[in-house]
Amino acid sequence: MKAKKSRLQKSGWPFFTPSVIIISITVFIPMIQALITSFQSGPPTNMQFTGLANYQAMLHDATFKSAATNTFLYLIVQVPIMIFLALIISTLLNDHRLRFRGLFRTAIFLPCITSLVSYSLLMKTIFAPTGIVNKLLLDVHLIGARIQWLTDPFWAKVLIIFSITWRWTGYNMIFFLSGLQNISDEIYEAAEIDGSSKVHTFFHITIPMLKPIILFTTITSTIGTLQLFDEVNNITKGGPGNATTTLSQYIYNLSYKYTPNFGYAAAVSFVIVVAIVILTVIQMRLGRDDK
Amino acid sequence: MRAKRTALNTVKYLILIILSIVSVFPFFFMIVGMTNNSVAITGGSLHFGSLLADNFKHLFASELDFVGSLKNSAIIAVVTTAVALCLSSLAGYGFEIYKTRRSENIFNFLLLSMMVPFAALMIPLYRMFSKLSGTPFQIFGVNSFYAVIIPTMTTAFLIFFFRQNAKSFPKELVESARLDGLSEFQIFTHIYMPVSKNAYSAAAIITFMTSWNNYLWPLVVLQSPEKRTVPLVLSAMGASYTPDYGMMMCGIVLSTIPTALLFFFMQKNFVQGMLGSVKG
Repeated sequence: MKAKKSRLQKSGWPFFTPSVIIISITVFIPMIQALITSFQSGPPTNMQFTGLANYQAMLHDATFKSAATNTFLYLIVQVPIMIFLALIISTLLNDHRLRFRGLFRTAIFLPCITSLVSYSLLMKTIFAPTGIVNKLLLDVHLIGARIQWLTDPFWAKVLIIFSITWRWTGYNMIFFLSGLQNISDEIYEAAEIDGSSKVHTFFHITIPMLKPIILFTTITSTIGTLQLFDEVNNITKGGPGNATTTLSQYIYNLSYKYTPNFGYAAAVSFVIVVAIVILTVIQMRLGRDDK
Repeated sequence: MRAKRTALNTVKYLILIILSIVSVFPFFFMIVGMTNNSVAITGGSLHFGSLLADNFKHLFASELDFVGSLKNSAIIAVVTTAVALCLSSLAGYGFEIYKTRRSENIFNFLLLSMMVPFAALMIPLYRMFSKLSGTPFQIFGVNSFYAVIIPTMTTAFLIFFFRQNAKSFPKELVESARLDGLSEFQIFTHIYMPVSKNAYSAAAIITFMTSWNNYLWPLVVLQSPEKRTVPLVLSAMGASYTPDYGMMMCGIVLSTIPTALLFFFMQKNFVQGMLGSVKG
């Protein structure tokens, strides 16, 4: 078997070489260029090496600080809420005795079909000061006065977090549902006979069995949230002030909105790179722990 | 015991009903919005108006050229999907079937590209494509559809996805096809591709949607108004000083229809394709 395999080894190259070349040109080489650029300053046509100046400048940059704080806030609040919600929904939907299963699944999955810009504009409209959400909340007396969703620094963040959760929970649910189908019903029946409560079963059977998928969805959501741009740029434009701005939006503004400062923008982008690498490594460690 | 179970059941249905309503309500609102004017929409009206035809008329006559953007987005999304499916399935299959220590290393290295944020690539990619102007490769440069398509032509995620799928592809099939005298490439096109329909459908949905929704890179690289894609035009509508909300709702609905159709016709293949790739 081994000898046979080595005879055919070479035949793999024509299959993956095109992709390897394209990814090298569009990801790895630009990545190295970005690293070099991050040590340079000046107008795009005449950039000079300035060592760590860009990285030092970040320490005294208030906009950078709020962009970084917001991005991590979205991450630590939104990702856990969404993953937990998706887990609960998929557990509820995995019950054969449940009626209208397909209907519930389709309804909760529906937000995923919207484009990021489209749903952002929709959210902006729904949460307008005089909009339908405020109207409904006032009607049921949940609030006494209109909430300024778009212009209050706190509520604007809540709106961004709510919007992302609305859009992506159903997407993660699909992964969990397909994972749950691989867990045999016998395990659940055995747990039920043993008198295990639903909550106990959820934490001691469902979650451990789904661990690889939870790991996968958590890592992809983390990477996605750290790069958040479309929603913030279209719902609040980063405002009020810099209350909802993210690192990606700041990089975009630095490169194309303000006087182009590619060097500094590249340095800020490496903060995201480092954050993604660190968080992914931590999550993979945690995921492997008790195997 | 019985009472407890009924109570639990009620809670269960209640949770699902509330979440379903929250998920679906914005869709209902946007459909109602298609028939109303800006004042009614931002005032939170839930009553159908009579302005559907007017709103569409405005949309099609808008100086932002929504129709043109639909065409641009369709071209970009279809080409990207076709190319990405070919390149990444070839690579995923190749990495799995002709596994060697070196190819494993290359594969693992490619996976690292999933961790690279687009914000870090945006500036170097932009400069790379702008350097093409004045060279024979000018047509691939900034402000061309090629520049939008090329960075998304193949991704580590899709390669990973197809590789996971190829793991459940019986190796005996490859062996017997070789004995039948098929070339390595023919094995891929005649044996692997037909049995992997679900994986291709799932990958097509993901790729088409990603491309159709792509916002940041087209925003950076497409400069002339007639090249704008749907997300760029919608975003411009929303950012205008006094947005025409009725027209915008029509645009949002039209932008959602292609991905919605794709999903509902291919939902089953999508779930099965995903299943095959997450399992491995």
